[in-house]
Amino acid sequence: MVAVSIDGLTKTFGRKRALNGVSLEIPAGEMVALIGASGSGKSTLIRHIAGLERGDAGCIAIHGREIQSAGRLSGEARDMRRSIGVIFQQFNLVDRLPVITNVLVGFLGQINRLRGTLGFFSRNEKHIAMRALHRVGICEQARQRASTLSGGQQQRAAIARALVQGARLMLADEPIASLDPASARRVMEILAGINKEDGMTVVVSLHQVEYARRYCPRTIAMKDGAVVYDGPSVALDTAFLKELYGEASDELILPDAPVSDQPRERPVVAIGSGAPALATA
Amino acid sequence: MTISNHASVPETIALPPKEFSRTLYAYVVWGGLALALLWSWAPAEMDRVTYLFSDSGNMVEYASGFLTPNFHDWDYYVQEMILTVQIALWGTVLSIFFGIPFAILSSSNVAPIWIVQPVRRLMDACRAINELVFAVLFVVAVGLGPFAGVMALFVHNLGIIAKLFSEAVEAIDPYPVEGIRATGASKLQEIIYGIIPQVAPLWISFSLYRFETNVRSATVLGVVGAGGIGQILFESIRGFYYGETAAILIIVVITVTVVDLLSQQLRKLAI
Repeated sequence: MVAVSIDGLTKTFGRKRALNGVSLEIPAGEMVALIGASGSGKSTLIRHIAGLERGDAGCIAIHGREIQSAGRLSGEARDMRRSIGVIFQQFNLVDRLPVITNVLVGFLGQINRLRGTLGFFSRNEKHIAMRALHRVGICEQARQRASTLSGGQQQRAAIARALVQGARLMLADEPIASLDPASARRVMEILAGINKEDGMTVVVSLHQVEYARRYCPRTIAMKDGAVVYDGPSVALDTAFLKELYGEASDELILPDAPVSDQPRERPVVAIGSGAPALATA
Repeated sequence: MTISNHASVPETIALPPKEFSRTLYAYVVWGGLALALLWSWAPAEMDRVTYLFSDSGNMVEYASGFLTPNFHDWDYYVQEMILTVQIALWGTVLSIFFGIPFAILSSSNVAPIWIVQPVRRLMDACRAINELVFAVLFVVAVGLGPFAGVMALFVHNLGIIAKLFSEAVEAIDPYPVEGIRATGASKLQEIIYGIIPQVAPLWISFSLYRFETNVRSATVLGVVGAGGIGQILFESIRGFYYGETAAILIIVVITVTVVDLLSQQLRKLAI
């Protein structure tokens, strides 16, 4: 079964071509990394797959059903979003609502519309939501407002919401870009766990190649809105990245990634020659 | 420690010149205000300002009438004041209840432009007409009494609430709403789970402020027969009962202050 199939997807923002004839297929149950420098089109591609953005040309099918084609969202797009869990770089939780409510929102697409609108969630649904929170390790914080959680915890709450949603495809748009290395690893491990245990297809866009190599067997590399590499992640060594991205490859190899444990050097900014060096993190 | 020990520093460092357009703008704004004040002087009969002092004897006599407030009928005044607050309460709550849907429909980040524009114009009309004018109209329609006052406050505040609330909606962070949309939620569910929690503190604050304002407004509705303390206030002024007028005014001031203090506390709790 094919989870995602994209054919000739093109998108222009103003004059900038954000996606340039992207075609790819992702079989169900795979864990795929989407890498590329900032502005290469990773996020745009993910937003198109989720049906949050409409392309100019080309079509996208999820589990064999078309979600958009030639710039038109399918009439079933809202319905299809249920089977697609999306997590975002900025978590996109509702800050003032408790964590549990943020997770219960995942049921909205599945239950009676009026009941969901009025917020009458059943005991069983609350139970499922708590199980999801337990799985990502934050069930103690269920009653707290989302804004009181740390970045890593918020991202895990967002994963719990996608789990409750009953999604079969998880799209993660730079889920660890604003997290510290320890939280980043935790989030990636949860995503890898969901992929292995539930057989959920996971597509995760990443800035750091190290994470792709460690957690995703397959990597799709993008540059200027086009796919420039699609194959096993292990083949992506530094030399090959240099070849693909030239100078921009520095951006993709960050010292805080999990495999390299050497002490990292901080960039040093000096003002004048006699001034003390200012270290910036 | 110096910033530079090799480059030579000039003795005086000139400030970059002011932007001409900004200077001009300041002259235009302040000059325009001065001109507008001059232009309005005669029509507003501002030259009569001397009357405040030339007949100071009369002023003192008038004012001294107020120095001995007459609280003989205080229970009647308090009763009418409570009625005034009750009118304000119903007017405010109705305008919030019906104002919320209009606010959502006049938010450009929620509704399409062909809904936003007509709804906004309708709300402008509600706002543009003073509550006293509405009170006169409703007195004719539903008869003398407090209900006309409630309806007047309701319609006028509907326009204000819709505008204030929709400004809050237009300033929300769109990403949490997208997070809700990505779960397959309906548009109404996006609003309830994504937008309302974000705007709730502002909405509560605006609502309490409108309630304060409505208590003040309701004190004059009685002038046109729409209930509340305004009626006896107006009667005692017209009858030259200075003592009674002073007593009523004191009760109004105390009530407004109490409402003000209470709503401040409520606001702190809610936010």
